[in-house]
Amino acid sequence: MEADTPRALFEASGVKAVLDQLDAELVGLAPVKGRIRDIAALLLIDRLRAQQGLQSQPPSLHMCFTGNPGTGKTTVALRMAEVLKQLGYVRKGHLVAVTRDDLVGQFIGHTAPKTKEVIKKAMGGVLFIDEAYYLYRPDNERDYGQESIEILLQVMENHRDDLVVILAGYKDRMDTFFSSNPGMASRIAHHLDFPDYREDELLQIAQLMLQRLNYRFDPAAQDAFARYLRLRREQPHFANARSVRNALDRIRLRHATRLFDAEHALTREQLTELQAEDVLASRVFAVADAQGAARRAA
Amino acid sequence: MRLTQGTFSFLPDLSDEQILKQAEYCLGKGWAIGIEYTDDPHPRNTYWEMFGMPMFDLQDAAGVLLELKSCRQTFPQHYIRLTAFDSTHGTESVVLSFIVNRPKEEPGFRLVRTEGPGRTVRYGIESYAVQAHPEGERY
Repeated sequence: MEADTPRALFEASGVKAVLDQLDAELVGLAPVKGRIRDIAALLLIDRLRAQQGLQSQPPSLHMCFTGNPGTGKTTVALRMAEVLKQLGYVRKGHLVAVTRDDLVGQFIGHTAPKTKEVIKKAMGGVLFIDEAYYLYRPDNERDYGQESIEILLQVMENHRDDLVVILAGYKDRMDTFFSSNPGMASRIAHHLDFPDYREDELLQIAQLMLQRLNYRFDPAAQDAFARYLRLRREQPHFANARSVRNALDRIRLRHATRLFDAEHALTREQLTELQAEDVLASRVFAVADAQGAARRAA
Repeated sequence: MRLTQGTFSFLPDLSDEQILKQAEYCLGKGWAIGIEYTDDPHPRNTYWEMFGMPMFDLQDAAGVLLELKSCRQTFPQHYIRLTAFDSTHGTESVVLSFIVNRPKEEPGFRLVRTEGPGRTVRYGIESYAVQAHPEGERY
């Protein structure tokens, strides 16, 4: 029975490949990866138990992702669908991402068919409800969101092996959402909190993004970008990886403009390399300088 | 008398599991599944009532079964069939349809003879159920 060791099964099932990819492509997020690993282990062991004729009830895998903007909730949800497909927990492994607008109707009798339509589409895969706290509006007691929540609850209970529901949203607002919908809180087994990225992790993310686009920083630009991140993190509306992506997009714009004025043919080197001046032209540095000057004056 | 219309109608009634597999086959072909019901079993009655929209964009057959169950709950004593619609250009029609629910008692059909001029006789059939009660109360 050499081939049936958990490790062999783990590698044969293709789960290992998906988890390795997860490790390679997602920077940081240690608690999230740990939980995904746990779930993978449980499902594999369950399969072995089933082979031995032992009782193996599929666990409830409805999840809630909380975290600040840009911490990778949607990305992980997409991967989760793949992982669960490999493990044989869901049959099709597709992700249906919806928000309040897709679930809640505009007049009486509109909500139920709308919600059911979405649920039918998500069967066999993962239903990802972004900004789930919008479903419940405590200030309006006639709001149709409640009806949608009730249908979801029923499906989450009765069709546990047909679909996995993942709710996502900001931490504090999800907490109020759960405290006013205790039924929802008790049906969700996994609460995953996505931590903010550290500075070095953000830099790593930036490098991964650039690599995928066939760009790279020269050493001076890299230092400048590290400084940029330090300053940007202290400013309002910082959205982790999303802010990094936006910053890179702007740097690419400046890079393009700089090259556009060149009088000679461009080399491959020039087309791929982002220089410090592309980074340093950012508004963030100007704002930080102004703040520093103001502080010195005071 | 057991109604035989559509595919599989000479087989024993399909179980839910078998229906699920047929639906899975349809979705695999890229067909959209619709649910229709009627209480007029005449063979020339081709247009049945639709129960909701045809289910485009479905990935998994569990969604079909969910809808079918709610249809059975609403119309336990009606004929219900699944239709699979192929939207490929040039086909654009129903390519498979089979009955998934039928009333407990099916009284069958009466042969109707209509005498014409001379000694001609025209034949027709009519369901006893249709004759006995108005629409919606027949079974």
